[in-house]
Order: sequence, then structure tokens, then C-alpha cells
Amino acid sequence: MLRQVEGSKAIADVVAACKPQVICAYPISPQTHIVEGLSQLVKNGTLTGCEFINVESEFSAMSVAIGSSATGARTYTATASQGLLYMVEAVYNASGLGLPIVMTVANRAIGAPINIWNDHSDSMSQRDSGWIQLYAENNQEATDLHIQAFRIAEEMSLPVMVCMDGFILTHAYEQVDIPEEPEVSKFLKPFVPRQVLDPAEPVSIGAMVGPETFLEVKYLAHQRMIDSLETIQEVGVEFESQFGRDSGGLLKSYKCDGAETIIIALGSIIGTLKDLVDEMQVQGHSIGLVGLTSFRPFPFDQLRQAVTGAKRVVVLEKALSTGVGGIVTADVRTSLRGTQIKDFTLIAGLGGRSITMKSLKEYVLRAMNDSVAELTFLDLDVNIVESELAKERALR
Amino acid sequence: MTTTPVKFYQVGSFAVGNRLLTEEERSGQSNPDRANALTSGHRACQGCGEALGARYALDAAMRAANDQIIAVNATGCLEVFSTPYPESSWRIAWLHSLFGNAPAVATGVAAALKAQGRTDIRVVGQGGDGATVDIGFGALSGMFERNDDVLYICYDNEAYMNTGVQRSGATPPAARTATTQAVGEEPGNTFGQGKFLPRIAMAHEIPYVATATIADLRDLEAKVTRAMEFRGARYLHVLVPCPLGWGSASCDTIKIARLATQSGLFPVFEAVNGEVVASTKIRHKVDVEEYLKLQSRYAHLFSPTRREDVISHLRRMADKNIARYELMGE
Repeated sequence: MLRQVEGSKAIADVVAACKPQVICAYPISPQTHIVEGLSQLVKNGTLTGCEFINVESEFSAMSVAIGSSATGARTYTATASQGLLYMVEAVYNASGLGLPIVMTVANRAIGAPINIWNDHSDSMSQRDSGWIQLYAENNQEATDLHIQAFRIAEEMSLPVMVCMDGFILTHAYEQVDIPEEPEVSKFLKPFVPRQVLDPAEPVSIGAMVGPETFLEVKYLAHQRMIDSLETIQEVGVEFESQFGRDSGGLLKSYKCDGAETIIIALGSIIGTLKDLVDEMQVQGHSIGLVGLTSFRPFPFDQLRQAVTGAKRVVVLEKALSTGVGGIVTADVRTSLRGTQIKDFTLIAGLGGRSITMKSLKEYVLRAMNDSVAELTFLDLDVNIVESELAKERALR
Repeated sequence: MTTTPVKFYQVGSFAVGNRLLTEEERSGQSNPDRANALTSGHRACQGCGEALGARYALDAAMRAANDQIIAVNATGCLEVFSTPYPESSWRIAWLHSLFGNAPAVATGVAAALKAQGRTDIRVVGQGGDGATVDIGFGALSGMFERNDDVLYICYDNEAYMNTGVQRSGATPPAARTATTQAVGEEPGNTFGQGKFLPRIAMAHEIPYVATATIADLRDLEAKVTRAMEFRGARYLHVLVPCPLGWGSASCDTIKIARLATQSGLFPVFEAVNGEVVASTKIRHKVDVEEYLKLQSRYAHLFSPTRREDVISHLRRMADKNIARYELMGE
């Protein structure tokens, strides 16, 4: 049933429908509404058989999740920004131990300067953490991806981050169809952990591994991540057949047939970009769009197929590798190796800076003639940065 | 009718042969069917106090919980020497995650068990003093404050031994470590710093807090057993001398632990709901010097010149413990 709800409420409701047994929470904007919603659902008896633990830090949130998941309980937490960074040691530990924890990241910038608004710096910083990362375009997709995330995590014994843009999605009221618990339970198989702490069959989990075996352990993790490319697709197909919505998978092409220029992006900006593509196609421009749902694992082959025939791609990124530029671009280049397709990077929306149709269109029109730099910062106030740089350089 | 009590301490030690005790009073360690949580063959140093303490503590916990135990271990010596892949010395369900998160991981295990309706399975968290009083302190305090159903055991060897004997928040004043060298006007660790976690645990008003040493293993077992009678957060702080870090002979580990209690430097007591309910009296009072002299981490207090000022300061600390915890008998 369609409901007009806040994104965070939709996530709280759908996570509850997934019947997690342990939820741990520490407040950080813009994630707080999700765990507030869940705490209410546990307390009022809607979500039964679930322990809701208020912890004293994000580091403990992920650590509680590790203990819980290793004991065979379906486990969920949510965080953002500084909170994600505060738990990083445990984030890597969770994937290293192969624990199928599902975590929402309400994407937000990282300070300093402190900034609560949206970009992808937080989850992008966890690119190599061994977690699957799925990015949602809108609240319906975010809702659906959480159901798929539990299924993927438990099938692969890998943790999954569902990334949704802070405020833009978490605090936006949209019509969302939130599947009910019986349908979700039908889709999610009972959680059978790969290994579990059980006095009846005691195992030691988390042993010290030396140089003679460490490489093999890491290779297996790598291969498991690559294998999950197929699982993500299969789960997406199965989800569509049960729920009637194509909201998973690795990536989605939008009007790419014959397009000379293809924009590649993640998250909520895809909505704006679809409007842009519609408008520009009507005006006769040869442009298409690829929205990446799965950033880790990265769908190299699928992306290459999706942009075959294009002359250039523009990668729109809401994060910055300081001193380098694009983060997603590096993977896009790997995908395009051996082709003649040019790539451009557009850094946009950092710290919640608005990404307007007008600015996007101006940039894209120039990119279509290859008359933009390899790396562009959308709407950068050139006067300010140049005068500041001049002052700094004079003092050096 | 007059009776003559059996005098166990004829030889000046507290060692009690099992054969002198009734069946039910005998240590489980002498039973071939004992729990055996931590088996032999691990890689601890000769004379390791932590290995001994962990074995007795966890065996006692297993007996109390009818073998239904899950242990969570912080990074540290105990973790490293017991589980070099593919070997493991643990015969219990055991999880190691990180250095600073064992209390929170234990909370997660307890939460999962509660959600699964398996509260017959009990959770023990354990770590060294670095993991407990320093890097994992926030997580431990959170676990206490929420009163999660976890028994947390700190094996305190008073420094970061696994990384090569660096100072921790539990390192005593004047002790030499790799980061509190025995040089300068105030050689060794600084006076007025450090923390005694049992008192901080008591301030959380958790159901049970106790201290113990490996010099009195029956007392350690009894305290674990007692701790397992409670639900909620419980804390046990066990002094475990480290021959490597303390610069003592391997054969002196138990003797040094005993001298720590008999000098008053390490108080052995129990607290329920934040109040001390019992303390173990000193039987043969010894001067702190007897304790200090067996350890090269205090060698700078005796040579090249005797530092009477520092020794007196340590003696005053012992006397303060004796008064505070009423360690002298009637």
C-alpha cells in the first residue's frame, strides 16, 4: 500500500518488516529518525523478538553488531558521516569476519569543516572496507534495497551498506510502498549463519592469521565480493518477480540507446539527471544516463556494456579524493580500458551544495563538445579560491 | 567439647592440598573431567599469570553455567598466544574482534542470546588492562551503565605486555616500562596518575564487582562462581603478574601476586551493588619492599641509590588500601 511517509520512517518500517533480532543505535544526523522509528516499533510491540541497544558510541554500535551477528542474530544498525568514521575499525572487522550485518548510511559530508549536509564522502571512504555498498535513487528504492540487502548479506555472508542521501532522501516525504512483514519474510530466507558462536559446537572466531595464510584469506574475501555481483543481480530479479519493482541490480541504464554522451552517477541526483536527459533529448541532444546501484562490488563488465557506443562519459561524483579528483572515475576508467571512450569527472554537491539543472545543463553542453577539463567542480566560486590561493602561496 | 582446627598453613604458604579437603570443597582443577576451557599447548610465556588466571576463571564460569559459555576476547597477549591460526587452545565458543571493543561485542552476544531465548548461555568478556582500563574503557562503561548481562574479567598485568611492556592506565607509580623509563628525577611511572578500575566499576552500581589474584586460585574460582549467580553487568579484576614485563623469575609469579596482596598494594575484595561487602584479610603482613625487590621494573628504587622517598610513597599507598578496604584482621 502506498503511504506518504518520511524516508527515514519508510526505512524504519521496512527494517522492522525484515525482523532483525538485534538493533544497535547511536544518534547522528541525518540518520537519527531511522533508529528513533525503530526504537518506537520495538517498544510498542510492533517489532517483537528484537533487542534494541542504545550504545555509547558508533564504535560500540558496530561492535555490538559484530557480537550479535556472530551469535547468529539478524543484525541492523545505521549511521552517517563522522559516526561511520568513528566505527571504521569495527567496520573492517565485520567484513573480515564475514558477518552479514546490514547498515544504513544516511550519506553526509565529513568535517572539518563540520557540515551536516549531504554528500558521499562518508561511504566512499569505506570503499575498500570489504562491505557491499548499494546506493538508492529514491525512497522507494532505499526501502526495497534494505530487504534485498538482508538477503544478499546472508547469502554471501558479507555485510551490506545501504547508502541513501542524507536529508535529500532521509527527510523527504514521498509516496512509498512499504512491503509488509509476511511478504518480506517470504522473500528473506531464515538466517543460517556460515559460522556461529554456540557452546554445543564451540569454534574460535577471530584467530590471529600470519603471513603464511593472510593473503589467501584476503583473496577469498575478494572473490566472495566478485561472486556477489551475480547474487545482487539474482536477488534483484527475484525481488522484481515478487514485488513488481525493478529496484535492485547492479546498475540501471536510462535512455542510453545510441547516446554519444552518457552521465554516470549514484544516489538521489539520478532523479535530477533523468529530468535533464529527458529535456535534452527532446531538444535533440544525444545523451543518456547510467545510475550505479552497486558501487562495491563494482560492475565493471556491466558498465562497459551499458556505455558501449558512447563517445564520452561524465562521472558525477558527490565525493572527492583530495589531490586526485574522482573516486568512482577510477573504477569507470578501469571499466573502459581498451575503448576509445573519453571520461570527464564532475565533482558536485559537496557538503549539500545544490546541484541545479541549469548548472548541470551548461556543463553537459560543453562536455558534449569535449570542451571541459578532465576534472570540474560544479559552480565553484573561482574568485574566492583564486584569491585565497594567491594569498597562501605568497606566504609560503 | 574442644576441637583442634586443621592447620593448613604450617609451611607458611596458603597452598592447600586437595586431599585435606572434603570432596565438595576440592578444586575442580584436580578433576580429570574438569571444564578445560583453555587447554595446554598455547604460546604463553613460562610463568604467565594471565594464562593461569584465564584458565581458572573460565573453567569456573563453565562449571557455573553448565558449560554453556561464550567468551569474547579483546586483542592482547591472551588472544595472541591462544589462537595463532590454525591452532586454538579454546574449547569454548570464543570470539575475538578488536582491542577496544570486547565489552560491546559481549553486549552484542548477550543481546543475540536474549533475542533467541537462549539465556541459559552465559557471556564472559575478557581482556588485559590496556584493553580494559584504556582503549576499551568507554565500551566497558557503556556495558556497565546498561547493565548488560555480561561478566567482564580484566587480567591486569599493569602494562601493555603484548606490544613490549608500555605503560597503561593501570601501571603503578614508579614502575619502569618501555615508555616510563627509569631515568630522570622521577624514574618510572608518575605518581598521581593511573586508575583502579574496580572502584570505577563500583561507581556504576553494577550488581557485582570483585578483585582477585592468581595467588589465591580458590578465591578466584569462588568469585567467578559468585559472579555467575548474578544477572547483569559484573566485573572481576584479576592481578596477573607478568615475568616478562615485571622483570621477575617465572617461578615467582604466584609468590609476587601473593606479596602484592600481603603488602596491601593490591586489595582483594568484593562489592555488591556498589558497596564493598567483604575483603580478604592480610595473613602475613609484609613490607612493600619485599614485593618490589623481586621485580626489575622497580630495580631503580634500590640501585644505584636507594630511593627511600619513593618506597615510602608506595608504602603509604599500601597503607591507604589497608585502611580503605579494612585489610588487616581484628
